[in-house]
Amino acid sequence: MKHILTIIRKEWSEVFKNRWVIATMTLVPLLFTAMPLITLATTGTGSTGGAEMSGLPGDLSASCPGMTAGECIQVYVLNQFMLLFMIMPLMIPTTIAAYSIVGEKTTRSLEPLLATPITTVELLAGKGLAAVIPGILISYGAFGIFVLGSSLLGLSPAVMGYILSPTWLLGILALGPILSVISAIFAIYISSRVSDPRVAEQLSGMVVMPLLMVMFAVMAGKLVLNISFMLITIVVCAIAAIGMLYLGTLIFDRENILTKWK
Amino acid sequence: MIKTTNLTKIFKIGKKGQDELIAVDALSLEVYRGEVFGFLGPNGAGKTTTVRMLTGLIRPTSGSAQVAGFELGKDDTQIRRNVGFLTESPGMYERLTAEKNLSIFAELYDVPDVEAAVNKYLSMLGLWERRHDSVGSFSKGMRQKLAVARALIHEPQILFLDEPTSGLDPEAAKTVRGFIEELKSEGRTIFMTTHNLDEAEKLCDRVGIFQGKLLSLDSPAKLRESLFGRKVVFHLKEMKDSFVEQIGTIPDLGKVEVVDNKMIISVKNPEESNPLIIKKLVEAGAEVQFVGEIRHSLEQVYLEMVNNSQRGQA
Repeated sequence: MKHILTIIRKEWSEVFKNRWVIATMTLVPLLFTAMPLITLATTGTGSTGGAEMSGLPGDLSASCPGMTAGECIQVYVLNQFMLLFMIMPLMIPTTIAAYSIVGEKTTRSLEPLLATPITTVELLAGKGLAAVIPGILISYGAFGIFVLGSSLLGLSPAVMGYILSPTWLLGILALGPILSVISAIFAIYISSRVSDPRVAEQLSGMVVMPLLMVMFAVMAGKLVLNISFMLITIVVCAIAAIGMLYLGTLIFDRENILTKWK
Repeated sequence: MIKTTNLTKIFKIGKKGQDELIAVDALSLEVYRGEVFGFLGPNGAGKTTTVRMLTGLIRPTSGSAQVAGFELGKDDTQIRRNVGFLTESPGMYERLTAEKNLSIFAELYDVPDVEAAVNKYLSMLGLWERRHDSVGSFSKGMRQKLAVARALIHEPQILFLDEPTSGLDPEAAKTVRGFIEELKSEGRTIFMTTHNLDEAEKLCDRVGIFQGKLLSLDSPAKLRESLFGRKVVFHLKEMKDSFVEQIGTIPDLGKVEVVDNKMIISVKNPEESNPLIIKKLVEAGAEVQFVGEIRHSLEQVYLEMVNNSQRGQA
């Protein structure tokens, strides 16, 4: 555990001295938090929305029973934007993890590090957690700001209830961290296989693709996010994360990384 | 302290790994406690691969080795815990301070008092004043000093130094060499790869000349002797043919060459032969001005060995 903590501290000491990384890790979550708030503010508060329910498409009005048309539109808008809070825990770890191994290769610090008694599991756990923890904290923080902002906007209890529904709380508070783990393992794996940090960042960014597909399916009305969907996704992703962790330690080959990267 | 038996490393190369490159071929050697051992060879000879195997970083294809009493391939973590490794490139965390760089490694090596160890080596290597500066602002020599400190932070009894003075200016190289001498006087075992033959001659008790396989292994003096023999040069005021005839009567002398007023004589034991030669020359009427031994440099030994090996391969 001591070695893991040392690696986490080392990673953070390096990462948080890079202003560009801090900017990326701050601005994107701020943007993702501001976008839904601005959209909600411009669509009007729920209870005073002027549209009639009868004016809305059937599918949409069916998805928000007991709400006014304005509230229903806000729920529709929220459906698109809430997924951003699940993209954040995927994106932020890649910023750190994509550089974690290839960065050490390019600065030639990997060999002295691997020459210490640190085990592969400790090294991967340290590097993984150093990427996952900020991803989770920033996502939680951004969601907290969003909830606070929404209440300040004076959203109706029905819309606030939707934001704080079990579906989204599960998605953001439980699925988010699992996605962070998947994202970090994927980025570390890429980072250990490539020889250029830019390639590592580009390839690691692909981890958001499945979630973007979910987002488009929701926007197209092909997928409804409900508690069953969230629970199934959590189970599937947790199994995937455990499998990736196990595979990650098996395929992290010190010898190949040291001798075959040039 | 280090013993290898037929240690071999073969890399799979080519796009599909269909070809093989024998980087280290059946290396057998022993490095004794407290010895400074020089591992010499041209670029691509397999020196770094050997060091990486002996520090448990890469697996040998076959053969075995014991390092600090631990079996390579079985106790690699223990080997890494008990040896220090100065890599060819310092490889520091440039954004971090010198102090932070060392403390990270002290923690990874489970040093009991991290702060004391870090302070000790920062002071010892003259980096104390710059301890709070980021390594990115350091000169190459300072980085190398810091890398030496990092390799020593856990007080290992065996040190592997991969090209310790490579790319350093003469002043920095001298400092690092001085530090290696200090480590030697402390009784640490040092396995050093180098291109600098002058450095190897000054620092190493024994050297191994290596090019994929071990070409020779002995002290620099004995290697010279085995390859070139010992030659003594006698500077005379005037040269006559009769001088050569006169010393021809001395038993066990080797080839005698005459160059201007100099006689170059191959001898097995100059300490015994020289007084006899001088006596005979004086009896023959020669005036001996100077006597000296021709010393071949380690560089000449090295080049001869490596060239012979390359001719053999061709």
